[in-house]
Amino acid sequence: MKAKHMKRAAQVLMLIVVAALFVYPFWWMLVNSLNTAAQVFGKPTLLPVAWRFVNYVEIFQVQPFARHLMNSVLVALIGTVGNILVSALSGYGFARIRFPGNNILFILLLTALMMPIEVIIVPLFFQMLQWGFSDSLVPLMLIPIFGAQGAFSAFMFRQFFVTVPLELEEAAKLDGLSTLGTFWHIMLPIAKPVIASGAILAFLAAWNTYLEPLVFTSSIENFTLPLSLNNFNDSYGEPQWNLQMAATTVSVLPIMLVYLFFQEKVTDAMVNSGLK
Amino acid sequence: MNNSLAARRLRRREALTGYAFVMPQLIGFTIFVLIPLVNVFIYSFHNKNMLFGTNIFIGFDNYTKLFTNDSLFWMTLKNTFVFSVLLVPLNLILALLLALYLGDGGFGTRFTRTVIFLPVVTSGVAWAIVWKYLLQSGTAGPVNYFLSLAGIPGPNWLTDKGWAMVSVVINRVLKNLGTNVLIFYGAVMNMPQDVIEAARIDGADSFTLLRRIKLPLLMPTILMVSIVTMIGSMRVFDTIRLMTDGGPEGSTMVLVYYIYHQAFKMFNTGYASAIAVVLFVIVLILTIIQWALRKKVSHYES
Repeated sequence: MKAKHMKRAAQVLMLIVVAALFVYPFWWMLVNSLNTAAQVFGKPTLLPVAWRFVNYVEIFQVQPFARHLMNSVLVALIGTVGNILVSALSGYGFARIRFPGNNILFILLLTALMMPIEVIIVPLFFQMLQWGFSDSLVPLMLIPIFGAQGAFSAFMFRQFFVTVPLELEEAAKLDGLSTLGTFWHIMLPIAKPVIASGAILAFLAAWNTYLEPLVFTSSIENFTLPLSLNNFNDSYGEPQWNLQMAATTVSVLPIMLVYLFFQEKVTDAMVNSGLK
Repeated sequence: MNNSLAARRLRRREALTGYAFVMPQLIGFTIFVLIPLVNVFIYSFHNKNMLFGTNIFIGFDNYTKLFTNDSLFWMTLKNTFVFSVLLVPLNLILALLLALYLGDGGFGTRFTRTVIFLPVVTSGVAWAIVWKYLLQSGTAGPVNYFLSLAGIPGPNWLTDKGWAMVSVVINRVLKNLGTNVLIFYGAVMNMPQDVIEAARIDGADSFTLLRRIKLPLLMPTILMVSIVTMIGSMRVFDTIRLMTDGGPEGSTMVLVYYIYHQAFKMFNTGYASAIAVVLFVIVLILTIIQWALRKKVSHYES
């Protein structure tokens, strides 16, 4: 009986620690997004003191936050859709179509998996500069498509398409479908789980990335959320800690809600990519 | 004769179709990975400056300077190493403990599984910004406030030379812990239950069970995860730039931070590229180890 109580106490203690480390930071963020700037460094409270909802209006007034939000959405959406289209095509090509160099080219592509963007960002910056993409969102959209994230999606698609029974394609071919038609009408629809995993990973990577927008954009109109969040500090003289927390909440909350709704799918995708 | 000609033509068509399918990805890969990789090597042999537009071939001069005449480089290399050496074991031990706890399937496991993944899906920027507040010095930050309630005077987490590195390590461990926990959890759930049961019947207590049965069974996964985590730790940047900005006194300045600093603050493009090549070599070596391990692991699994 005593041992059982001890065990329960240990479990409760464990949960308190877990909540303190993984939930409290977000709760603190939420609470202080509704406080005044001065209250942010006051005694921590469980609920907001000022209930200053106008913070969520002011974040749009002190800097072009709506623009930053739009930029992030645009970059993440185009990056994700492009990533899936391009990598599904190549994944299918590598898995199912015979052409000289198939294996070598696929292995070459896989080297992108181990290539940290940090290694190649300096020459990439110059290349984009030469092509007229300085201070531009275009590189931010293309990197998730063609960089490591793209190669990983192609890898997942190839591994999936290899396992699909040949009869399916043969039937489609007999029905008169071209290779592209077979890919689009037969193969892509059955690859939905891979599409979901790839899209989750590409979207998160594009939404959360910091180094790329830091390097490739310079004017405030072209900032994405990660740059924007850190711009509430010093740009208007007065510190705006509460606004920074409100903006951070806006950037984090949608992702978190999607995660909570599709928890299994999101964790599966992340775990698989962690094991790659 | 005619038949084989037709077959050849068909094969040719198929090959062309294949190239068409993989072409978009391969062209993009060439532009966004291959050419920059070749260029980073070429740049590293040049005195290339973004501001003055200089671009002179200087052979190995950048590397000579880097390794013999740049104490800042050695400091960043050492800091990166320290960061990794602190982060990897802490991450692995915590992840393993949490995975074993989740494996027991007791009270609160569902909650734990959900919330440890919240920082994983959050941007490193948001996670760093919030923790920068939590770790404010004095009793302004909640962490030190709660410590003071317990009578412990909290340190200056981000401005004290001894604590700044610890702070960014903790931030980073908590950010990514969830992934490793779930990888280990998968491995824990895949352990052959009959072996564990047999050991238990033979009278093994939980500690012996852990040390003699569970840990050896998990070892391949532990090795893989530690390499992957180590590679990730070499790439740390956003956390450091936002929480300490490399300070105090450069004590948290790491390789990627130094690449960024040399390239985009000092405009020493060639020199920054030489540092990037060093990072590339480190990541390459770790990746080769990872591949070798994976071969062993899959051998072990089959």
